[in-house]
Amino acid sequence: MSRIGVFICHCGENIAGTVDVAKVAEAASKIPGVALAVDYKYMCSDPGQNMIKDAIKEKKLTGVVVAACSPRMHEPTFRNACAEAGLNPFLCEMANIREQCSWVHEKSDVTTAKAIELVRVIVEKVKRNKPLYPIKVPVTKTALVLGGGIGGIQAALDIANAGHKVILVEKQPSIGGHMAQLSETFPTLDCSQCILTPRMVEVARHPNITLYTYSELESLDGFIGNFKARIRKKARGVDEKLCTGCGVCMQKCPQKKIPSEFDAGLGKRPAIYVPFPQAVPNKPVIDREHCTYYKKGKCRVCEKFCEKKAVRLDQQDEIIEVDVGAVVAATGYDIKGTDFFPEYGYGKYPDIINGLQFERLASASGPTLGAIKRPSDGKEPETIVFVSCAGSRDPAKGINYCSKICCMYTAKHAMLYKHKNHHGKAYVFYMDIRAGGKMYEEFVRRAIEEDGVVYIRGRVSRIYQEDGKLVVKGADSLLGGEPIEIKADLVVLATAMVANSDAEQLAQKLKVGYDPYHFLSEAHPKLRPVETNTAGIFLAGAVQAPKDIPETVATGSAAAAKVIGLFSSAELSREPVIAVVNRLPPPQFSTCTGCFLCEKACPFQAIEREEIKDRKGNVIKVVAKVNPGLCQGCGTCVALCRVKAIDLQGFSNEQILAEVLAL
Amino acid sequence: MSDFEPKIIAFVCNWCTYAGADLTGTSRIKYSPEVRMIRLPCTGRIDFMLLLKAFDQGADGVIVSGCHPGDCHYTSGNFHARRRWIIFRELMEFVGIDTRRVFFAWISAAEGAKWAQFVNSVAEDVKKLGPYESYKKAAGAGIE
Repeated sequence: MSRIGVFICHCGENIAGTVDVAKVAEAASKIPGVALAVDYKYMCSDPGQNMIKDAIKEKKLTGVVVAACSPRMHEPTFRNACAEAGLNPFLCEMANIREQCSWVHEKSDVTTAKAIELVRVIVEKVKRNKPLYPIKVPVTKTALVLGGGIGGIQAALDIANAGHKVILVEKQPSIGGHMAQLSETFPTLDCSQCILTPRMVEVARHPNITLYTYSELESLDGFIGNFKARIRKKARGVDEKLCTGCGVCMQKCPQKKIPSEFDAGLGKRPAIYVPFPQAVPNKPVIDREHCTYYKKGKCRVCEKFCEKKAVRLDQQDEIIEVDVGAVVAATGYDIKGTDFFPEYGYGKYPDIINGLQFERLASASGPTLGAIKRPSDGKEPETIVFVSCAGSRDPAKGINYCSKICCMYTAKHAMLYKHKNHHGKAYVFYMDIRAGGKMYEEFVRRAIEEDGVVYIRGRVSRIYQEDGKLVVKGADSLLGGEPIEIKADLVVLATAMVANSDAEQLAQKLKVGYDPYHFLSEAHPKLRPVETNTAGIFLAGAVQAPKDIPETVATGSAAAAKVIGLFSSAELSREPVIAVVNRLPPPQFSTCTGCFLCEKACPFQAIEREEIKDRKGNVIKVVAKVNPGLCQGCGTCVALCRVKAIDLQGFSNEQILAEVLAL
Repeated sequence: MSDFEPKIIAFVCNWCTYAGADLTGTSRIKYSPEVRMIRLPCTGRIDFMLLLKAFDQGADGVIVSGCHPGDCHYTSGNFHARRRWIIFRELMEFVGIDTRRVFFAWISAAEGAKWAQFVNSVAEDVKKLGPYESYKKAAGAGIE
């Protein structure tokens, strides 16, 4: 028999000024099943809450309705009060007679009548509420970080320093990401590798971090707190335990002219190589696509000269299985090549390069040891033209967004060039200058005012070669669109920052959403930028959207904080507003017919298949089962179940029908 | 006609429209008092047969409102609701229910003013249509 307690709040004058609260209490007391109906000035206050607690004990209430503000405001307050008094918190609901009644209507009988109806609706719902208990899910306190760039490194270090184990997986032979390729970073002009390599070394030495380089995620199964990851450790061809990093193999390798990926195609490397001298781990990798042994079966020079006998030409890929509780995706970005631009020669002209290639020229450990030289003839350029927004902000090229970092790195490149070539001329064709970060605007000003970089507001329509020079044809929009022609020795295109080519594949492996540009989707763009809609999977860095190094580091730490929060208790406690498929005694077992429409519809992949077996192990039927760790309680499955075998706790069919019938 | 107070039942999602209606309240924007809101986690939760139950209870108008497509708190619940709505509207027309009395909207948590506007226009439309007495006839024709 229901014994519901109804508590009408005056909320000072907020409700009582428009609604006749005494009348509402009186009407509520007449509803069958209501044991007590009172009104009070401020229900959320301590005395108000004590009123509820006392009433629960004295009147042995089986349910509580607080008619006051919106449940979005105070539902936790009153549910906690009920819990403290010994009543299951899910037997308490709120009727919204403030935001949706007293505040939006005039003082009248109609308004009071509406308040009475709203109370009645919720009373009928609460009569059918069932006690619910938080769901406990165990948590494996190991994190998987995908990507060893600055974002992944930051996340891994933060999680490891908090005392949890981290597995860091990096696709390239070394960690460091794109930041390792940069010469200096804006706005301080810090040497990029100098600030990065200490962190890289820390990752390698950290007792809590297990580093797998030249490795990729093969698959991810499971759910938050209980993931099973399979990592493919690709065959390096070298036994990492024996190798000392002496480098003799690289010197002896006869294949020396393979374009180096690390040098963005401007430098050369051997077939057995370490991508850059400061690589972590400093162990080489054999490029099987170019190595003579794998192509023709001959050579084996590296094997011969290795003192430690560390070369293992027959090494195979290895699959490593790990149990993890959370995943941080920090796989970074890619940059469009110059071959993307037909108006700039489809990548045919070697002296038209992109931003990353310029970084390698400027870098002291790059192919030209830091001297800015033309890739075609090695001469120093007298005139360089920098083209901003090459591809970005251009619907015609299919890239509508702004790549965020190019205004800053273009200014940086122009400054670095001027610092090395005092008499050189640097021109920047720009549309806008986006320098929103700390000290960013001052940095760009410095380029213009101190270093004499000439900024022209306009776009470049064509670049072609003539008499050994690159003719750049653009317009100056501040002079009314006047055409400008500059004969340049080198052109640097600030090409668009895009998602990795395998970003879509990764998103599908992680079961995370992604946008049309293949950037992975955050749970909420404003308030939840490092979480995804898949519980337990977090984002850091440019994999989510173009961003610079400070933002990447910030999101790396933010993702780590989420992981540490997740790991901070032995078990995960989740709200029990979840769907449940009914189970009945044999021979029915469940009214579920196994159509699995719910499985397809669930946005969170929370529906699993359960085989119901007899004692011999034969399968009788396969029915749906909701994973309580994943279900978010949206109820889509409930509405589409053709036999109504699945119901949503807290918003069950019975409850909602009762609400409608109460009107 | 001017004395007719229509009964309008609204099935709304917790994260967008309910929150939007809360915002209307916080902004103290006044609107027509005929609406009674039923809070659901998501419009995807709505079994459209509920709409018929609402008419059964004497509703003269029914509102269904949730997050904008693409913004569903649960990612895709509102897409399911939209698809169901498209089919259900055809079914209602076929069976003879007055589909002018069912209103479908996307109102987000930031659109407090829009909710008030919307409710007022719905109330006005329903008042013009008058009380829904012919539902009993349509119901009796066998959709129970």
